[in-house]
Amino acid sequence: MNDPSKLSAETRKALYRQMLRIRKFEETTHELYKAGALTGMSPHLYIGEEASAVGVISLLNEDDYILSTHRGHGHCLAKGAEMGKMYAELFGKETGYCHGRGGSMHIADVPKGNLGANGIVGGGCPIALGAGFTIRRKKSRQVVVCFFGDAATNQGTFHEAANMSKAFQLPIVWVCENNLYGLSTPITKVSATPDLADRARGYGMPGATVDGMDVEAVRAVAEEAINRARSGGGPSLLEVRTYRYFGHGASDHRPYRTREEEQGWWKRCPVASYRSRLLEEGAATEEELATLEKEIAAEVEAGVAFARSSPDPKAEESSRYVYTED
Amino acid sequence: MSTLRTEVIEKTYREAIIEAMAEEMRRDDRVVLIGEDVGKFGGAMGASKGLFDEFGPERVIDTPISESAIVGSALGMALTGQRPVAELMFIDFVGVCMDQIANQVAKVRYMLGGQVTVPLVIRTQGGAGKGYAAQHSQSLEAWFTHIPGLKVVMPSRPGDAKGLLKSAIRDDNPVMFIEHKLLYNLKGEVPEDPEYLIPLGVAEVKREGSHLTLVSYSRQVLNCLEAAGELAQHGIEAEVIDLRTLRPLDFATIAGSIQKTGRLVTVEEGYPQCGIGAEITARVCEQCMDLLDMPPIRIAARDTPIPFARVLEQATIPSPQSIVQRILTARKWK
Repeated sequence: MNDPSKLSAETRKALYRQMLRIRKFEETTHELYKAGALTGMSPHLYIGEEASAVGVISLLNEDDYILSTHRGHGHCLAKGAEMGKMYAELFGKETGYCHGRGGSMHIADVPKGNLGANGIVGGGCPIALGAGFTIRRKKSRQVVVCFFGDAATNQGTFHEAANMSKAFQLPIVWVCENNLYGLSTPITKVSATPDLADRARGYGMPGATVDGMDVEAVRAVAEEAINRARSGGGPSLLEVRTYRYFGHGASDHRPYRTREEEQGWWKRCPVASYRSRLLEEGAATEEELATLEKEIAAEVEAGVAFARSSPDPKAEESSRYVYTED
Repeated sequence: MSTLRTEVIEKTYREAIIEAMAEEMRRDDRVVLIGEDVGKFGGAMGASKGLFDEFGPERVIDTPISESAIVGSALGMALTGQRPVAELMFIDFVGVCMDQIANQVAKVRYMLGGQVTVPLVIRTQGGAGKGYAAQHSQSLEAWFTHIPGLKVVMPSRPGDAKGLLKSAIRDDNPVMFIEHKLLYNLKGEVPEDPEYLIPLGVAEVKREGSHLTLVSYSRQVLNCLEAAGELAQHGIEAEVIDLRTLRPLDFATIAGSIQKTGRLVTVEEGYPQCGIGAEITARVCEQCMDLLDMPPIRIAARDTPIPFARVLEQATIPSPQSIVQRILTARKWK
C-alpha cells in the first residue's frame, strides 16, 4: 500500500498529465515509425520509464539544467519542449528543434535548460560537470540533473565525472535510469554490482535506489538530492529502477527476456497505476482525467500535423550550423 | 590605430601564450582555464605560470587526470555562458578524450541546429625532439583537421602564438590550439597591444621567393626558413608560407604563391599518409595543376612511431638538412 501522498491534487494531476504526454507522444512516434513516416534509426522509446523523467524534472526550475540520453524524448518533454517541434525534428523538418540536423537522438529545447541529448552512452556525464562549474562560480543556486542509463555506469566517463563532481562539490544529481538491459545485455551480468547506487559510495556521495514505476517515490528521493545540490551539499546518485516496455529500437524483438517478465512490469505501468491511484484516492475524477486525456490526444494530433505540414530543410543548407559563420 | 604606437618586446613563445591568456582573462570574466597542473604549478610546460595567483581557483582549475572530464567540463562551461580554455598536457592524451572532442565539442552546435555556440579552446602541445618516445611526441593535428566543427591552429612564433590564441579565445567556435614542445623557449617579437589579434584562417608568407613554395606550420616553419637560407646558396629562392591555421585552410595564399613559383613542397612533422601535406597537395593538383612546373613534394615524418633514441628520433622528423637534400635531389635546378 502506498503511504498517503503529501502532494496536492493539482500537483498529482500535473504529474499524471506529464507522464501521459510522454506516453502518448511515444506511442504515436512508434506508430509513425512502423508506418514508414519516419526515416533513420528507429527511435529509442521512453515508454515504461515516464515516472523517472517526470518525477525528477517536475522539481526543477526552468533555469536548472538537464543532460539527456539517446532515449531522451521523455526528458525533453518534461523539461518543457513542445510536441510540434519535437515531431518536426523526428520527421527531419526545418521547423524541428534542431532544424532537422539532429533527429530523435539529439532533440533538445536548449532555452528550457536542456543541454542536449546524447548519442554516446555516458557522453553527457563530463558535460554536466561544466554546467556545475558555471553554477558554482555564479553562486546561482541552480542544479544540473544528468540522466544516463544503467549501461553508462560501466563507461569511464561516468566514473571520471562522478569523482570530479564530488571532488569539487558540484551541484549535480546523477540519475541512473536502470532499465535492466544495455540493448540485450542484462546489467546484472556485466556489472560488478547489481546495485548501481552502490557506486556512489566509492565517490563519497549519497546514493539511493528508488522504484522507477512510482512517480511520487521518484519525486521524493529526487527532492532530497536536488535540495542537497541546490544548497551546496554536493552531488548525489539516484538509481531509478525502471523498465523499457519496447525493444531498444524497432528491430529489437527482445529474445533476451521473457514475455512473462514483460507482463510483470506492464502490471506496474507507471502511467496506468498512477491513474488508478489518483481515482482511488480521490485526487481526480474520471471526468477530469478524461478531459485531460482528450487534451493530450489533441496535442499529439496537432503536433504531428504541424510536423507533416512543415517544410524540409534546404539541401543546399546542409553546412549551416557547423560553425557560427555558416 | 595608426596614432597608437604598439610596443614590440622580445618574449618567449611560453610567455606569449601566458600573456594572451592573462589579457583575455582580464578582458573577459567568462574566460577560465581548466586542466591538469595548470594552477599553482603553472602547467607541465609552464604555459600558465602566474595565472592562478592572479585569477584564483574559480578561474584556473586544477583537475584530476581525467581528460574526458576536462574536455567535457569545458564544453559544459561553454554551453552555460563561460569561455573556457582547456589544457591537455600532451596531444598524445587525446586518445582518452576523443569522444568528447570529436563527438561532443565539435558536433553539439550542429546536432542542436545552432541553438548553442561553443566558445572553447583546447590548448595542447605536440611534436618530437625531446626524446619523449612514442606516446609523448606525436603530431596528431591531421586527426582534428578531419572533423567539421573544429578549427585547428598551430603557431610557429611567439608573436603568432599570442595573436592567434587571443583570436581563438574570442572565437565562438571550438578551436584546437596546438603548441610545439620545442618552441616554448623560442624568443621573438611580441606586441604588447592587448588588442593584437591575428585572424584565424589566414596564412602568412614568412619569406618571399620566386622558385618554389614551401608550405608548413608550427616548428617546421623554422626548419623551412633555415632550409630556404641554404637553398638560396644554391640559387633557389624559396617562398615560405606559414599556414598558422590548418582549419579553415587559407588556400588562396597557397594558390597565389604557386602561381608565382610553379613548385610546391609541403613540410610537416605529422605522418605522410592522409596528412596535412597530402591535403594541400591534393588541392593544389585539383585546382592549380596547370600552374605546376614539377610534381609536388611532400616532406613529413617517417611513417613510424616516434622512437626514443636521439639518433632515431632525429632521423624520423624533417630537419633543415633533410628538407634541402630532398629538394636539391628532386630535379636539376640550373
